[in-house]
Amino acid sequence: MSAELPIAARMVELVRALAGPDAEAEVVVRHDTEALTRFATSMIHQNVAEATTGVRLRLHLDGRTTGASSTVTGPDGLRALVERTIAAARVSPPDAAWPGLIPPAALHLSSGGLGADGFDEATARATPEQRAALVRDFVRAADGLETAGYCRTVAVSAAFANTAGQAVEGRAVEAAFDGIARLDGADGVARLASPRLADLDGAALGARAAAKARAARQPVELPPGHYEVVLEPDAVSDLLDNLAMFGFNGRAFAQRQSFAEPGVPQFDPSVTIVDDPRGSGLPFDDEGTPRQQLVLVREGVTTAVTHDRLSAAQAGGVSTGHASPSSRSWGPMPAHLRMEPGPAVVTDGPDFVVSSARPLVAGVRRGLLVSDFWYTRVLDQKSLVVTGLTRNGVWLIEDGEITAPVGNVRFTQSYPQALGPGRVLGIGGESVLLPQAWGRARWAAPALRLSEWNITGNASG
Amino acid sequence: MTHFDEAGAAVQAALDAGARYADARVMVRRTEVMSARDGAVEDLSSDESAGLGVRALVGSSWGFFAVPELSESSARTAGRRATQIAAASAAVPGPPIELVGATAVTASWTSDCVIDPLGVPLSDKGDLLVRATAAATGAGADMAEANYAIWDTRKWFVSSEGHRIDQHIRECGAGVTAMAFGDGEIQRRSWPSHRGQFGTRGWELVEEIDLVGNAPRMAQEARALLTAPLCPSGETTLVLGGEQLALQIHESVGHAIELDRILGWEAAFAGTSWLDLSRLGSLRYGSELMNITIDPSFPGALGSFGFDDEGTPATKRYAVREGIWEGVLAGRDSAALAGLDYAGSVRSDGWARLPMVRMTNVGLEPGPHTLDEIIAATDDGVFMDINRSWSIDDRRLNFQFGCEVGYEIKNGRLGRMLRNPTYTGIGPKFWQSMDMLSNETVAWGTPNCGKGQPGQIGHTGHPAAPARFTDVRVGVRG
Repeated sequence: MSAELPIAARMVELVRALAGPDAEAEVVVRHDTEALTRFATSMIHQNVAEATTGVRLRLHLDGRTTGASSTVTGPDGLRALVERTIAAARVSPPDAAWPGLIPPAALHLSSGGLGADGFDEATARATPEQRAALVRDFVRAADGLETAGYCRTVAVSAAFANTAGQAVEGRAVEAAFDGIARLDGADGVARLASPRLADLDGAALGARAAAKARAARQPVELPPGHYEVVLEPDAVSDLLDNLAMFGFNGRAFAQRQSFAEPGVPQFDPSVTIVDDPRGSGLPFDDEGTPRQQLVLVREGVTTAVTHDRLSAAQAGGVSTGHASPSSRSWGPMPAHLRMEPGPAVVTDGPDFVVSSARPLVAGVRRGLLVSDFWYTRVLDQKSLVVTGLTRNGVWLIEDGEITAPVGNVRFTQSYPQALGPGRVLGIGGESVLLPQAWGRARWAAPALRLSEWNITGNASG
Repeated sequence: MTHFDEAGAAVQAALDAGARYADARVMVRRTEVMSARDGAVEDLSSDESAGLGVRALVGSSWGFFAVPELSESSARTAGRRATQIAAASAAVPGPPIELVGATAVTASWTSDCVIDPLGVPLSDKGDLLVRATAAATGAGADMAEANYAIWDTRKWFVSSEGHRIDQHIRECGAGVTAMAFGDGEIQRRSWPSHRGQFGTRGWELVEEIDLVGNAPRMAQEARALLTAPLCPSGETTLVLGGEQLALQIHESVGHAIELDRILGWEAAFAGTSWLDLSRLGSLRYGSELMNITIDPSFPGALGSFGFDDEGTPATKRYAVREGIWEGVLAGRDSAALAGLDYAGSVRSDGWARLPMVRMTNVGLEPGPHTLDEIIAATDDGVFMDINRSWSIDDRRLNFQFGCEVGYEIKNGRLGRMLRNPTYTGIGPKFWQSMDMLSNETVAWGTPNCGKGQPGQIGHTGHPAAPARFTDVRVGVRG
């Protein structure tokens, strides 16, 4: 048993003792160990770690609901948290939408026990010296180019208990590396996530980032217009990020702010997207709902959106296990999307191009190869029109060959439209596991060849 | 009750383990957030976070470790761990980090607060959001949302150079948004700003902005936007409202003058800056109307404090004066590397995060005009107000913003409402085109500034007023 489950059970006992037998409560206890070794100008400049335990309580009492959390987890702290939450609930406005608690339910996925699928003890115990060694390998492989980035390990042990009798626990672990190499104003990127730190090869990543930077020097400027594009996995991960937040979000769907229409062929038939928490996600959500694989798009047809208990009740469905501390306000979102890869094809090509993207490049008569997107923001949520910029390398493709580096460009593009029927001309043969730029979600993204991408600006404005 | 003893124990343990400098912060923060939708409270969360973070300097790297336990024993363990982590960085070393000099300060500082926001009854705060959203839906909104957030932070800071500073900072704010659903699109209008207005003030700030009284107008304007003509595409004269100009300052000036970005320390994620230190003091950033200050002492603004998280006292400084770039946001380490003699802009978003260069209050000093005078002086142009989207490149040059609402300006008067207004440009070219600036300054608050790895959320303030820009490309769309 984890150290977290007894704390969760104690919280449930406290709620019953202090709020009475009719109170309904959910408790999540998490212990997070995050360590991140950060480097810039080819030296480690920030090296951080934290070990935190937090308790989150949601209480429904006399028709009123409130949530509270604390990092003060001693006996007095837990009691104070319960007392504070009860007091807040009693003066809170009525909550007519309370969806109730999940009854006892078995987990579908491994709880991440020792040796089980998805939990690597060595990664959970990684030292700053191990992370520094990976950084050193990346910097050396860049062979004198200026480098920057991070190596991160994260381990989570968590437990859930509620007053309806559900009590589950699980663990998750992940390692990630994200780095750039820089030369003459050109940047190249390489990043990778894995449930095992041992899977990360700092030298290979450093070599690829450096190759990209060298190939991206002295870019030409292209005029705005509609271009065929090959997006490498890093760029495709941004599509998944925005589809997760604004498209497959059950709250946005319920409020008619999402493009998603289950049952409708909204994507190209070659597109299948799955939310798959196996590997580095916990096996349950913040309402204790067991998680499992969820197909969101199957062969181009939108099949589902993600729900917590509230959005499911409003939509007349069931929770898909996507409750989070913020899902009531921001909506339940998938955090482990995978776009299924296309057929594996081996094609020669420049070493700075991700191998699974090379066959796609070979088919383009005139278009762009894009490594990465940056600072993408939604202009219209319903149609998911997004503006943003390219970053870390863009190249012109002519007759299947890369002919010139291109300066970064601004685009304004509807993401679901870009992936729409007939617009996906090819999918790379590998879905690459990538860390999210900001949070702890992760995306498995293949390279994509798309018929059209709307470039609306360049370095001149 | 103070926590200087725990912070001091952490610092001493870091020094004993080999650090040549160390500092520690104990922070206790209470956060309360409530949201409502369509006349009902949707979510309420009340959180308490307490812990200690210690920073140790060894060679060319900082080590940082954070723990939630507030005991001297765990503080000492954290201090040792921070030094060990810093020492591990020697595998990929650089030049030793130096710090600009600082005077050891013993001080206590509390932000101004008339009405303690955590002392206002929850039922009153809930009623306010319920009434605001009901007022919007009652006036024709298809959906209305309102929210407030409160942060009450106490911190105790100790450094190995003798600092002992405690601060109590109270921040809060609120906003309401009305939405109207059309055929395939959604229009929204927010009051008083995108995501609300926030400041280092008490609940009096929320009372002043009158959410309930302004909600019906937001609903009417959102609905009117559904049938308004699209913002035309092309180059024109652009007048921006103060709220939008605040975000323009944030994105294209505030981030660009962060010294850690200029030095390349954020290159892989947040990005770098187009600014070159060799041109500090001579580079023309904007027109002569452009006077940008870094001022953490600005009363009530969201980026205000008594001392930053390195113990540097809040001090006003010019970033741009009469259009010439002359200052940066700096920390003690980055300033030393750049050969500057000032710091004062380092903060962390909590006890579990490494302090880093952050905006404080970065804003425009008032101009000589009023918005009415600016409109009256414009023959042909577009007025845009209230941010809806923002995007800028990793060097802080190429930007594109969308606003909630636009209006034609014809012959010195506001004309038709315009929907989906956007504009795009290149930072210095844009700022050099500013030819009129209002004196109607408001210190807008941005409570959601992301930076750093692991990610940190910063609270920043941006005094700004309406202004006019020439030859701007507007109406960019997909």
